[in-house]
Amino acid sequence: MADTNEVLAGLAEIVAEETGLDAGDVTLEKSFTDDLDIDSLSMMTIVTLAEEKFDVRIPDEEVKNLTTVGDAVKFIEGAQN
Amino acid sequence: MTDVVVTGLGATTPLGGDVPTTWEAALAGRSGVRTLDNDWAEVYDIPVTFAGQLVVQPSEVLSRPETKRMDPSAQMAIVATREAWADAGSPDVDPERLGAVVSSGIGGVWTLLNGWDTMKEKGAKRILPLSVPMLMPNSPAAYVSLELTARAGAHAPVSACASGAEAIGAAYEMIQSGRADIVVAGGTEAAIHPLPISAFAAMQALSKRNDDPQGASRPYDTTRDGFVMGEGSGIVVLESAEHAAARGARVYGRVLGLGMTADAHHIAAPDPEGAGQTRAMRLALERAGVTAADIVHVNAHATSTPVGDMIEARGIRGVLGSDADGVLLSATKSMTGHLLGGAGALESVFTIKALQDRVAPPTINVTSPDPELEVDLVRDTPRALPADGQLAAINNSFGFGGHNVALVFGSA
Repeated sequence: MADTNEVLAGLAEIVAEETGLDAGDVTLEKSFTDDLDIDSLSMMTIVTLAEEKFDVRIPDEEVKNLTTVGDAVKFIEGAQN
Repeated sequence: MTDVVVTGLGATTPLGGDVPTTWEAALAGRSGVRTLDNDWAEVYDIPVTFAGQLVVQPSEVLSRPETKRMDPSAQMAIVATREAWADAGSPDVDPERLGAVVSSGIGGVWTLLNGWDTMKEKGAKRILPLSVPMLMPNSPAAYVSLELTARAGAHAPVSACASGAEAIGAAYEMIQSGRADIVVAGGTEAAIHPLPISAFAAMQALSKRNDDPQGASRPYDTTRDGFVMGEGSGIVVLESAEHAAARGARVYGRVLGLGMTADAHHIAAPDPEGAGQTRAMRLALERAGVTAADIVHVNAHATSTPVGDMIEARGIRGVLGSDADGVLLSATKSMTGHLLGGAGALESVFTIKALQDRVAPPTINVTSPDPELEVDLVRDTPRALPADGQLAAINNSFGFGGHNVALVFGSA
């Protein structure tokens, strides 16, 4: 099981690859759309890559609830347990 | 009729990462063909183990997100577009008067086949959401439109190995018909993947000279045995002469004419009489308002196939008649390999540079010219074009499916 920091680091890496942002800027309170300027296709790409990286399932209907990076980290942690 | 001029050039090719290095290598008669540095021969038993591969990978010049969002074919087009646009002076133009016409012969074949590999291995859930915008054949045109905010129209005419030339032809017509003041046009191809290589080889279209990659592309040589796959992109910035003059743009040359025909003979084999090819050349000359005597240079389609090269050469002799005596013929695929949908665009760049520098690039690897060749072939070292006066040249491109495109360019 990965702890919060490990999940955040792994997710930040994916977001950085996808957006060109610095991984250090991908912090828990950031909103994917408002702060990180991630469109819906990029979000789905990030979800697909996160599912593979963390070996979890993030249902499509769940994605709309993942407003912030923290929401995603929390969901991934929960799905792993 | 609106005159159309060329104000910017861009390329990324097996000879170099931009136009200056590519052109310098072409004039030096260098080959961009190399043995593939991978295990495809062992794993798949592919019959051809070499190709004209890019010197500078797009990943070396694009950002990481850009390389993840675009198929390699679009990446190459964007690299060439940035060079061409900067070369044109990054013109200030109304977005609704700026167009993009960028073609690929095959499209996002890497994306499609990588996606299928992923699907077989991991299932549908692992297919990335950007797969469709990456694999669609209009993707390079769309990304160029996005890059430059080109809103007059974005098009991707597809005609196999004539695609790049057809794109430039379509861009020329967009300006002539008044739809745009500037159109960024060209072609791109990223198909050096084991499946397309094997498929072209299955047609007996490729040279199998695995032990001599650099000598494999030898248009007009008696021992030619097929074309050599290449990859890359060529892009030109076309502009109405009026718009270019108003902003004081540097003009490389002019697009004088276009001839496009279809063989309706066979899905892949060229018409042995070359009727469609010669008609394309005649139509292009007619539209350009020039005569055979005005033509000083032809950049031939000449892919190094046993049948195709001589059909075209006889056609050139037939169209130009006795005036062909004054023509210098170049087959630059001898150095670059065949860029498929990128070929007509890169060779247009070569033709425009030849007129600008008044020099015809060499054809390499021709040690015993086909005895039937009746046009003066530039071999091994470049040769000078006439130093004075207006010059005109033809660039031919033909594609599987019987597509024939002849472009006539003029000096500035």
